[in-house]
Amino acid sequence: MREITMEHVNQIRKDILETIKSPVLTHEQKVATMAGEADSLLEVLDLPEGLDELLNRPIDTQCICDLFEGHAPVRPRYIIPDYAKFMKEGSRFLQLDPPQDIYEAINSLLIFYKHVPSITNFPVYLGSLDELLDPFLEGVDDVTAKKLLKLFFIHIDRTVLDSFSHANLGPVETRAGRLILEVESELEQAVPNITLKYDPDLTSDDFALKAVQTSLHSAKPSFANHRMFRSELGEDYVIASCYNGLKLGGGSYTLCRLILGNIAKRSSGITDFLENQLPYVMDIMARYMDERIRFEVEESGFFQNNFLAKEGFIHQDRFTAMFGMVGMAECVDLLMKKEGKSCRYGQNSEADDLGVKIMDAIYAFNEKHTNPYCQITSGHFLLHAQVGIAQDQGVTPGTRIPIGEEPEELLDHLKHCARFHKYFPSGTGDIFPIDTTVHKNPEFLLDIIKGAFRENLRYLSFYASDSDVIRITGYLVKRSEIAKLRSGSAVLQDTTALGLGATNNGHIEERKIR
Amino acid sequence: MSDVLKDSREPLAPVNKIIRFSSVDGPGNRTAIFLQGCNFDCRYCHNPETRALCNNCGLCVEKCPVSALSMTDGRILYNPALCILCDTCIHVCPNDASPRILWQTPSETFQEIRKQIPYIRGITVSGGECTLYPEYLQGLFTLCKEAGLTTLIDSNGTFDFASTPELLTVTDGVMLDIKAYDACEHQTVTGCDNTQVLKMAVFLASVGKLTEVRTVAVPELFDVRKTVLQTGILLKPYLPIRYKLISYRPFGVREQYSHYTAPSDLFLQECADALREIGWTDILIL
Repeated sequence: MREITMEHVNQIRKDILETIKSPVLTHEQKVATMAGEADSLLEVLDLPEGLDELLNRPIDTQCICDLFEGHAPVRPRYIIPDYAKFMKEGSRFLQLDPPQDIYEAINSLLIFYKHVPSITNFPVYLGSLDELLDPFLEGVDDVTAKKLLKLFFIHIDRTVLDSFSHANLGPVETRAGRLILEVESELEQAVPNITLKYDPDLTSDDFALKAVQTSLHSAKPSFANHRMFRSELGEDYVIASCYNGLKLGGGSYTLCRLILGNIAKRSSGITDFLENQLPYVMDIMARYMDERIRFEVEESGFFQNNFLAKEGFIHQDRFTAMFGMVGMAECVDLLMKKEGKSCRYGQNSEADDLGVKIMDAIYAFNEKHTNPYCQITSGHFLLHAQVGIAQDQGVTPGTRIPIGEEPEELLDHLKHCARFHKYFPSGTGDIFPIDTTVHKNPEFLLDIIKGAFRENLRYLSFYASDSDVIRITGYLVKRSEIAKLRSGSAVLQDTTALGLGATNNGHIEERKIR
Repeated sequence: MSDVLKDSREPLAPVNKIIRFSSVDGPGNRTAIFLQGCNFDCRYCHNPETRALCNNCGLCVEKCPVSALSMTDGRILYNPALCILCDTCIHVCPNDASPRILWQTPSETFQEIRKQIPYIRGITVSGGECTLYPEYLQGLFTLCKEAGLTTLIDSNGTFDFASTPELLTVTDGVMLDIKAYDACEHQTVTGCDNTQVLKMAVFLASVGKLTEVRTVAVPELFDVRKTVLQTGILLKPYLPIRYKLISYRPFGVREQYSHYTAPSDLFLQECADALREIGWTDILIL
């Protein structure tokens, strides 16, 4: 382990004390923050040369960002346990036999969730809840079933304190799926995030319409293009965290992101960006990710000692890593400006063509780079359109069009999305607030979803423009909780603070209403 | 850009507006096409500028702040690329006729519709009164059918669908306005008689092409309850049909008629209940 300066140590000590005294952090949030602060005292990774000047920078010049993963990764960033195996076999470590009825099934899942780590310390994946619970609902009447599901979801919302936590539904309609939608519609909670895996050949219109109506009530579920994800990741994929496609029984070791707008700042023009700057930064980021992965697999001991791995709920060889990017819009606009052109991303086809060219370059780089521990995805990372962090200012998520510059016509917005969604098997998505006083016709949205998925859009989210629960960038937050935090009170869920930052810096409330 | 003088064997129609994605013009997501010109003069008309056809007087040309209107060979030419939709031309028109019209052939309109595939399930042509241009509708719907789109007509019921079976074969349904059931009241509301309207309601229902009837409820102008109930009784043999009860709103209505008040929710609910009592199930209040 490398030495660090006393000055650095004292800075961290100050940070820790400040965390202890914070009036707006809950106890759990303080403990998590302090763990991160302690971790920053370690220097164990063999870092690629040149990383420091790209990573440890203020947000307006930083080119690589590791999204708070710390200096010594103690576990993979995203963990996707095989809950079906747990329901079938129970767990020795948790001293739980396989559940025999709905009461035991719900109790077992709630226990299990408390033992699934992640970057946030909360599980980012809660299972395909309709499939998991449906068999246990046989013989249980609707009233009892809904009461149990309601308690189950309230328990999750109040104990899994982070809306990066994600449950899946579909693609096939089940009684459990229907009841879950009804319960979620009534609860209007931020946690968990929910995705309906949608395939018009497998999902009934009736079920899909129910999901659309629920999404206009409580901003979830979102809709994932099942056919597309299945063709890339296989039948056993899941949607976790914001909208990340990952393998069941696996996950993602790490997620780092290229801040494209800042890489454009280093470039003299388009050619310099594509030929020199972008390849240079991508190479360093990939090698940084390689090193993080090496430490997790070879040194951290996680895969050797954690019960999830020991009992086969996860397998190291089903993990991959996510090669992320943000700020395509700022990147394209700046490069155009440097070429003396004023055309803007999302509004002009020449600008959008440049965006596609940049994505092709990132895709080609990733196809060449290999990592020995990403066998499940042919040795490559998966590209990811990252949704941003609360501190981002003037950084538009992934390949999205900046808020305030969306095309007048929803059609043109969707056609733009269609050019970019295909690059990101580990997640991208666009969000549309809907004026429900105008659109009282859920089939309207379902037609749009059907058309969009035929055009190879990957992932769509909707919420009613006047709803309390809203989608910030990929996660959900209640407007009423943001107001509470803004007025200086502590709030239960971690993501509320991120939502507050993003509404201040990212103009979330000004998104174009459709 | 097309204009009325173009040499074409295809029929033309004056297109006032195309809404690419509409959630309120029939089931699902549809492209809605609004044609200019109407043979009714409804007092509560929300788009009074779509009733008359431009007579090329030219008053609007000089008033247009962005020169989107010009005069060529005695005719107004409209350039949508320059237009900022400020409505100045509509406000200065002495004739209540929007000059923002593109005379289009069915194929030209279809080029605009195609862009929305596969996001839409069909189209709805509205107005004005779109059945003033039956040959255009025939051509447009034939193209839409070939592309797998459904076709709906929004009509006031004055067109004789019974005598043009070829149009009905490419039309999936008609959404018909019943402005008032009583002939005198209908005269007051629209300035026209309604014998043909009621005849068409029954005819379209009997051949399974009546998708929806709707009534704009303006209790101060006509007996809404009576209209709804009698229409309900008239069409009862052909159920299920959707009845859409639309609350009057003053937006866009000409000043001299904008004093009417909107009915209460309770009133509309009572109208809906009256329909339910005689067997209607698909009732929508807007």
